[in-house]
Amino acid sequence: MTSMPLSRRAILKGSAALGAGLVIGFRLPLSDALAQSEPGKFAPNQWLSIDRDGRVTIVNSVPEMGQGTSTSMPMIVADELDVDLAKVKVEQAPANPKLYANPVTGAQSYGGSRGIRDHLAAWRKAGAAGREMLKKAAADEWGVPVDEVDTEPGTVIHKPTGRKLLYGQLVDKAQKLPVPQDPKLKTKDQFRYIGKEFSRMDLPSKTDGKAIYGYDVRVPGMLIASIERPPVVTGAKVKSFDATAAKQVKGVRDVVQVSHGVAVVASSTWAAFKGRKALKVEWDEGPLAGVSSVQIGKEYAEAAKQPGLEAKKVGNAEQALGAAGGKTVDAVYEVPFLEHACMEPMNCTAQITPAGVTLWVPTQSPGGHQAIAAKIAGVAPEKVTVHTTMLGGGFGRRGEPDFVIDAVETAKAVKAPVKVVWTREDDIRHGFYRPATYNHFRAKLDAQGQADAWWHRVVGPGILMQKGRAKPGTVDGSAVSGAADLPYDIPNLQVEWKDKDFGVPLGFWRSVGSSQNAFVTESFIDEVAHAAGKDPYEFRRALLGKAKRHRTVLETAAQKANWGAPLPAGRARGIAVAFSYGSYAAHVAEVSVAPDGTVRVHKLVCAIDCGIAVNPDQIRAQIEGGAVYAMTGMYDQITLDRGRVQQSNFHDYPMIRMAGAPMVETHIVDSDEAPGGLGEPGVPTVAPSITNAIFALTGTRIRRLPLRPEDLKKA
Amino acid sequence: MIALNVNGQPKQVDVEPDTPLLWVLRDSLELTGTKYGCGVAQCGACTVHLDGQPVRSCVTPVAAATGRKVTTIEGLHPKAEHPLQKAWVEEQVPQCGYCQSGQIMSAAALLARTPSPTDKDIDDAMAGNICRCGTYQRLRKAIHRAAALAKGGK
Repeated sequence: MTSMPLSRRAILKGSAALGAGLVIGFRLPLSDALAQSEPGKFAPNQWLSIDRDGRVTIVNSVPEMGQGTSTSMPMIVADELDVDLAKVKVEQAPANPKLYANPVTGAQSYGGSRGIRDHLAAWRKAGAAGREMLKKAAADEWGVPVDEVDTEPGTVIHKPTGRKLLYGQLVDKAQKLPVPQDPKLKTKDQFRYIGKEFSRMDLPSKTDGKAIYGYDVRVPGMLIASIERPPVVTGAKVKSFDATAAKQVKGVRDVVQVSHGVAVVASSTWAAFKGRKALKVEWDEGPLAGVSSVQIGKEYAEAAKQPGLEAKKVGNAEQALGAAGGKTVDAVYEVPFLEHACMEPMNCTAQITPAGVTLWVPTQSPGGHQAIAAKIAGVAPEKVTVHTTMLGGGFGRRGEPDFVIDAVETAKAVKAPVKVVWTREDDIRHGFYRPATYNHFRAKLDAQGQADAWWHRVVGPGILMQKGRAKPGTVDGSAVSGAADLPYDIPNLQVEWKDKDFGVPLGFWRSVGSSQNAFVTESFIDEVAHAAGKDPYEFRRALLGKAKRHRTVLETAAQKANWGAPLPAGRARGIAVAFSYGSYAAHVAEVSVAPDGTVRVHKLVCAIDCGIAVNPDQIRAQIEGGAVYAMTGMYDQITLDRGRVQQSNFHDYPMIRMAGAPMVETHIVDSDEAPGGLGEPGVPTVAPSITNAIFALTGTRIRRLPLRPEDLKKA
Repeated sequence: MIALNVNGQPKQVDVEPDTPLLWVLRDSLELTGTKYGCGVAQCGACTVHLDGQPVRSCVTPVAAATGRKVTTIEGLHPKAEHPLQKAWVEEQVPQCGYCQSGQIMSAAALLARTPSPTDKDIDDAMAGNICRCGTYQRLRKAIHRAAALAKGGK
């Protein structure tokens, strides 16, 4: 972890309008005290430092969960600082929200595809400020005007004479200069790394077994714990437990009750698992013990008969729907709960000493988890050191607090460093699920086949509402994102949300509300297009007159996929377009369906407009991965019976595997717009492009997920 | 004590004979490149070789590994320069990377018996390995690339 005493830095919040009109706080400068305490190190801000040998260290604050941030972030800083990226040392930031909070959200927590999207401006400025100071230091050294000097990687050069000074030689001088608040940034043609291909720096360690994930952490004296959790998904309490047999298992050291169950603490993982099997726990199953998916589905359908809260209203959809003439389209769409299924099950290692708490944790929320650990241990947040390890997948799951609570409570109880490890079954049965929803749609086509009204009632729970982050009685934005912001130019529009929450724990699943709302809206607009007798691509395109970036990705995807060109017999195409997390995406799917109903996705063509493209190969990687994630979501479901999650592992919560993975072709729209997200935007339009293709091929409209082969089996 | 041969080295471990090889590798021998993903031979993250054959170490009792050569990701190549390891970087395969040790070990067993695999061979040999990040397209390309690299004598 970083060796710089960053917390000692004075913090100033300068501001400048940058990017998409966002005000970015920029924290500066070095105090004299720090400069004296760290001779020979030039650290103009929390993101970078250079020592007298010219060694550059860049501190990345976004956790590496596979999205490539540990390469993309230093690419940005190194570009503006003008250093050789291959020689840069990258460190993962400690938990310290004062220095490393996301400048847009104000939290040191990462979800919502907010890496480059929220930080590009700040990181560019951080690098540029350093470069400007080094230039000034060299100009002073030579006694020349600063506009006569320039840089090449790691070096300042005096243009008229060709004299050079290495960055390392300028450290002491640069350290004493004021930090420019508004440094001049490079222009697009000057970029060395931004927009170019650069090999990911974390990959060698991910091919030889050396990368350290949370599950791999080993601390001297550490014990390993596995927690027996209740049979119901949440809300149960331990009535009593009998640890006699568990304690007889060789290697088991202790058995302690914690908030989420009973922890079996052992000298090895296997001993902890075996001890857990031998443990007997009596549960008070709590309020969810009566909840089942069948009941949830029925109550959703009942609730859909009642008005919801207004999420969007333009014109008067009810009136337009009731008007005589034209054609009405009416449909119901349902989607299930889904679990994240990160490849690395949840885990956290905690050590409590008189000096404070140390966590080693694969976390999407270093700041949030620091605060939680502090609260449980009864210390100030500053006394909690967080080592963010590699994350074996995140997808929104690793921002939740439960696995950190497990570890800190257990470590506190047994007075030793403890790594709490989850099993796959723990993950599947005790997740924070993508909400199941029920959607009633009505649309009106006028006599000319023009879309005149769109009415959509969403029934389901709200993630933010359940977490206390939305005001009761208001619309939870996460429940209607991708629905209330329908891009189509339809004169009468009404979108409602009916809150129906059974207490099943909810979380932010890759692309969140857009994961289901793009599926339902892009399926229904396809139904409306077919009802109008129009080509589904042309029908959409004609309604996107006011949504230029939507239209561009739609047109690009259609063109690259040869929309309309003949296909071999037994194949068809489907299309979908959506905005999410700052980016615009369209997919064209090419599918066939076997006689037994098995769907084969031969190809997915994606057009993505994510604004300025920082790391094109990793953009493609996210689109490819997003497609597989979305397809898995078409086949999976989490269901409940008596409050128990009925799925448990990959045999009944299956994943797309090699043979079922599509070929994904990604086209990045050239753009100078502010950066959009990438982890999530590749997900929403995949499912509807596939199901729209299934309709084009078979005439069967998939209105309910998961997709089952029997829905498409030829009689 | 149970005697093992891991990555060419003799090892003695003090564990119960029913302990899965996975936990012996990870907890006793500190070879954490082999991962736990499911515990029921569904995901392949724990794939290692026993006498060159890919096995799921999460369901292989350590007793079954005695007298056989165990190879893990750490022992695949002395300098981590197996054609698959090179191809994985050249094709920029891993994202989160958690499953990749298992993917590489399955692919290494495939290439050892089928030096020029077809797409169908790859589908079959890799069917037991899940990648939640969805790197399959690049995995496939990288396996073909490694096959070509291996033939180039590298």
